[in-house]
Amino acid sequence: MSENLIEFNNISKFFGKVIALKDVTMKLKKGEIMCLLGDNGAGKSTLIKTLAGVHKPDEGEIVIEGNKTVFDSPKDALDMGIGTVYQDLALVPLMSVTRNFFMGREPLKGLPFLKTFDIEKANQIAAERMGQIGIDVRDPSQAVGTMSGGERQCLAISRAIYFGAKVLVLDEPTSALGVHQASMVLKYVVKAASEGLAVILITHNVHHAYPVGNSFTVLNRGKSLGTFNKKDISREELLGMMAGGEELDKLEVELKEMNRINN
Amino acid sequence: MSDKAKSIVSKKTSGQDERLKEVSKLRLLLNRPELGAVGGAILVFIFFGIVAGDTGMFSAYGTLNFLDVSANLGIIAIAAAMLMIGGEFDLSIGSMIGFAGICIAIPAIYWGWPLWVSIIFAFAMAVLVGYFNGILVVKTGLPSFIVTLAMLFILRGATLAITRLITGRTQVPGLRVLIENDPIAWMFATDTFKWLFTWLGSMNLIALRTDGTPLATGIPPSVIWFIAATLFATWILMKTRYGNWIFASGGDKNGATNVGVPVGRVKISLFIGTAVAATIFATIQVLDAGSADTMRGNLKELEAIAAAVVGGCLLTGGYGSAIGAAFGALIFGTVSMGIFYTDVDTDWFKVFLGAMMLIAVVFNNFIRKRVTESK
Ligand SMILES: Nc1ncnc2c1ncn2[C@@H]1O[C@H](COP(=O)(O)OP(=O)(O)OP(=O)(O)O)[C@@H](O)[C@H]1O
Ligand SMILES: [Mg+2]
Repeated sequence: MSENLIEFNNISKFFGKVIALKDVTMKLKKGEIMCLLGDNGAGKSTLIKTLAGVHKPDEGEIVIEGNKTVFDSPKDALDMGIGTVYQDLALVPLMSVTRNFFMGREPLKGLPFLKTFDIEKANQIAAERMGQIGIDVRDPSQAVGTMSGGERQCLAISRAIYFGAKVLVLDEPTSALGVHQASMVLKYVVKAASEGLAVILITHNVHHAYPVGNSFTVLNRGKSLGTFNKKDISREELLGMMAGGEELDKLEVELKEMNRINN
Repeated sequence: MSDKAKSIVSKKTSGQDERLKEVSKLRLLLNRPELGAVGGAILVFIFFGIVAGDTGMFSAYGTLNFLDVSANLGIIAIAAAMLMIGGEFDLSIGSMIGFAGICIAIPAIYWGWPLWVSIIFAFAMAVLVGYFNGILVVKTGLPSFIVTLAMLFILRGATLAITRLITGRTQVPGLRVLIENDPIAWMFATDTFKWLFTWLGSMNLIALRTDGTPLATGIPPSVIWFIAATLFATWILMKTRYGNWIFASGGDKNGATNVGVPVGRVKISLFIGTAVAATIFATIQVLDAGSADTMRGNLKELEAIAAAVVGGCLLTGGYGSAIGAAFGALIFGTVSMGIFYTDVDTDWFKVFLGAMMLIAVVFNNFIRKRVTESK
């Protein structure tokens, strides 16, 4: 058995003619926080969705604890203890906080074959878990549609933390959060990793990524620019790679081209 | 975190939240999807109480009459409501009623099957039709509106063609004699609480026929099925995991799928539900009339959807209630019968139906905004 908890081996994903991912390889150990960085449309969300069971990779394989794994549905991934915060959060605005928190994994009570949704227990856990990342749920039966953007994000995060026993995947979890909640979330990420979970954190904010990350993978237009350990790369280098150092180069080329045509 | 920050956090998580306004019971009630339908039903009863209070509409016989009509509609409206909450429509309910009717009548009359076998056969066909509707919608991703509209024509056409092919007619009579001693048919054909009505009659509390038996003989089976369906559907929606999945599937299909809800299976099961409800409706009608008719159930799908909408179901899915649909059906049934007791020309019934729906949609839209957008 390999020491890696998760390996993405040469993953490719195509949407019709769009090459969303091409030959992306990425490895994570237990207790590691991997920050996945890259421009808009680089393929970050697509990559983590192959791990969450939403997309099946068209090429390559995912290896979990040494076993090649194919997820038929997100439920399979959840059953393996992979908790995901999706970029669009996967919340239903018309449903209550509690019903969203446990959507798909409702706690049951009662007789076999006549089990009912244990709402009281669910209410209590949901409120408690959200309280832990700094959101006081005023009323667990409140519809999610009435919550603020940051509160919704915290709901999705605490849900993923609650169900992610082995791997925690967070797709831009801090984009709508205040300073307090963002630092709470990052602290939780570190705590989860120290408890042996592997964490994949996607963010555009280097100031969030750099302090907590152990390693950094940069995606660019569907390809990986490589994985870097923290000791091998500075915050500035990382920022340069993310914020398109080569974009500026391209711009220069384009300007030259325009000059040539004009002359 | 600084101590100060900690103390703020602990204050916020402990005890009463200062930002939680006292929520009155009334306000909670106002946020329920069925509020409009319950209020509407009360208004309808007040209205007929005033204009038709002394006409016999609210006698035992009259009451059972409009309850029977409401209950029949209610059985399919509740299934339609659950499907709507799950984010889909079934326009083939009416055609399924006609189809189920001949699925009972032809085997029983022409092929010599025992009645109960024919009834089970009809339910099996319903499961098939519902499954087919569901799998088609789920696999193609097409709007269920279109898929089941196609099924509306296919089923009605097949019903007519098959019946004429086998019987040479469009009606299959002769079922009444088969009901007696059938092990299943009584569930769809027996009036209950007969003793109560006999007793009420003997006390001269309700109207009697000339032979001394009460005019209203018992609670019709449709009402029992209707009450059972309302309770069962409400229990499912509010108390079970499957219920949560129904709301989730209709509220946000992708989100629900991404957190592991088997959206496809949920939707297929709901389509089976509407087809089975249509078959319950058909069985009751066929046994009551003693005959099947290929045109039975025509336009019933629209009435069912209308009742569900009046009952607070959102056309876009993810919101609604079975109790609401039940009250929606009660409104329609009461008005459709009650109008006979007034001076109003019955031609106006459809006008009322449409107006009622419009008011309900506007009202429910307002409620939903309060639930989801008020901060
Ligand atoms: N379901 C889909 N169908 C078609 N194309 C898709 C689909 N999902 C993603 N894509 C395409 O794949 C590419 C990568 O998208 P992805 O969402 O993974 O980017 P991202 O790195 O997460 O970007 P962002 O930072 O904006 O979230 C984009 O060009 C996008 O248009
Ligand atoms: Mg993304």
